[in-house]
Amino acid sequence: MTRVSMNVDGVVYEDEVESRTLLIHHLRERLGRVGTPIGCDTSNCGACTVLISGESVKSCSVFAVQADGEQITTIQGLADGQGVNGEAVGQWHPVQRAFQQHHGLQCGYCTPGMVLAAVDLLARNASPTEDEVRHGLEGNLCRCTGYQNIVKAVLSAASELRGEGPLPGSFQDSADLTGVGA
Amino acid sequence: MIPAQFDYVAPGTVADAVAALIDGGEDAKVLAGGQSLIPVLRLRLSYPSLLVDLRKIDELRGVREDGAELVIGAMTRHADVISDPLVRQHAALLAEAAATVADPAVRHRGTFGGSLAHADPAGDLPAVAVALGAQLVAEGPGGRRSIAAADFFQDYLQTALAPDEVLVEVRLPKLQGRWGVAYEKFSRTAQAWAIVGVAAAVRRDNGAIAEARIGLTNMGSTPVRAGAVEAALAGASAEAGTIAEAAAHAADGTHAPSDLSGGSDYREHLARVLTRRAVTTAAGL
Ligand SMILES: Cc1cc2nc3c(=O)[nH]c(=O)nc-3n(C[C@H](O)[C@H](O)[C@H](O)COP(=O)(O)OP(=O)(O)OC[C@H]3O[C@@H](n4cnc5c(N)ncnc54)[C@H](O)[C@@H]3O)c2cc1C
Ligand code: FES
Ligand code: FES
Repeated sequence: MTRVSMNVDGVVYEDEVESRTLLIHHLRERLGRVGTPIGCDTSNCGACTVLISGESVKSCSVFAVQADGEQITTIQGLADGQGVNGEAVGQWHPVQRAFQQHHGLQCGYCTPGMVLAAVDLLARNASPTEDEVRHGLEGNLCRCTGYQNIVKAVLSAASELRGEGPLPGSFQDSADLTGVGA
Repeated sequence: MIPAQFDYVAPGTVADAVAALIDGGEDAKVLAGGQSLIPVLRLRLSYPSLLVDLRKIDELRGVREDGAELVIGAMTRHADVISDPLVRQHAALLAEAAATVADPAVRHRGTFGGSLAHADPAGDLPAVAVALGAQLVAEGPGGRRSIAAADFFQDYLQTALAPDEVLVEVRLPKLQGRWGVAYEKFSRTAQAWAIVGVAAAVRRDNGAIAEARIGLTNMGSTPVRAGAVEAALAGASAEAGTIAEAAAHAADGTHAPSDLSGGSDYREHLARVLTRRAVTTAAGL
């Protein structure tokens, strides 16, 4: 067993871990932070994406011992003001808000990883083109949406983070959601 | 899956890492970015008894100049290679190829040295090392030695590194004069490995191609140089017709694999097409 200390979503956790424990298992099973899902056995899907010092990584492909001393942000830390962009407590991160407003998710399984990959992307490139968004998210697979609305959501979040407001066509702009199908 | 049990150490110096590898014997393994090794361990395709993590060895990270050479620490991550100004200036081919590796999250962990030591024939960076004539510096119990890239890659996932050696740094001759570069990678989906890749560096001189260096990815069990194309291009005029004729030799002497992504004849065809495109771009046409 190895002693590790890591800051997860603003809380420092000290623990003894087996060297073979993957960061994703440590987060979910030891720290109870189950907002980050596991989607594959091959490091391909990106569902498990978290940020280490603001950089996206696949937490299924990092050992907990390698995260000793690191600062980790999961999807559960984005909204509470612990996230990389220092949101006010209780507020959703603009990327989360954009995913909701642009219907960037269906089953939601890929969403935590998708949102964190997008946060990382926008931290590096405040004004990405559609092509850059698609390439920037190539490590994250979605089986539901066809990606179209995910890309729209990320472009909208980029606009909002630049202070230019969300892109039109979002749910908050549509007049009456309850009227759909009525 | 959860990997089988192993012991773990993270020494602070290369000498301590080598000592740990000697202690650990045949079943000890180096852990760099883990982006190839951890997936293998998760699938239980390998059972090392000890992992020697290099992450605390600062001297293995970073890029510096040493006269006519660019020296890249083995633990320099793909993301850092891509954005490094010295790499962009003196080894732009490496930056271009590294930008096609996997996806951003993998590039935040995976390292240049790890890509070379892993020696996957479909990996993008071994062909660049071979094309540029890199020297790979390894440290073992007997001290340091330098291995030419052409001798480093021995077979599928096999290198010249001994089990108790650590790859320390990679020395790339700076490209002097008017070089253009291009990496052409063919794959079917996003985030995929190359079915075939072609790394080309071309030096122009007065409308002619003075010199070309071409490395092929996934055209055999190791990266290879397209020697026949290089010979045909040396001193040739920088024109579409000449380049196409030279590129027709891209698959000469190769032993391309056949697998679900394509047969060897398909790969040979890709090598010719991608070589023509890469040389055309690198020659600035
Ligand atoms: C989803 C996915 C897609 C990928 N796609 C691509 C791709 O398109 N192209 C591509 O080129 N690569 C791809 N990769 C692999 C990636 O580039 C890895 O980063 C790289 O192959 C290994 O580097 P690492 O630092 O992660 O090494 P590790 O996984 O830590 O180690 C790999 C091997 O090298 C040995 N090793 C590592 N460093 C040293 C050293 N300094 N001295 C001695 N031995 C050492 C280890 O013992 C191990 O056997 C992909 C990986 C994933 C997970
Ligand atoms: S669970 Fe980590 S990449 Fe799929
Ligand atoms: S919303 Fe279902 S996998 Fe993306």
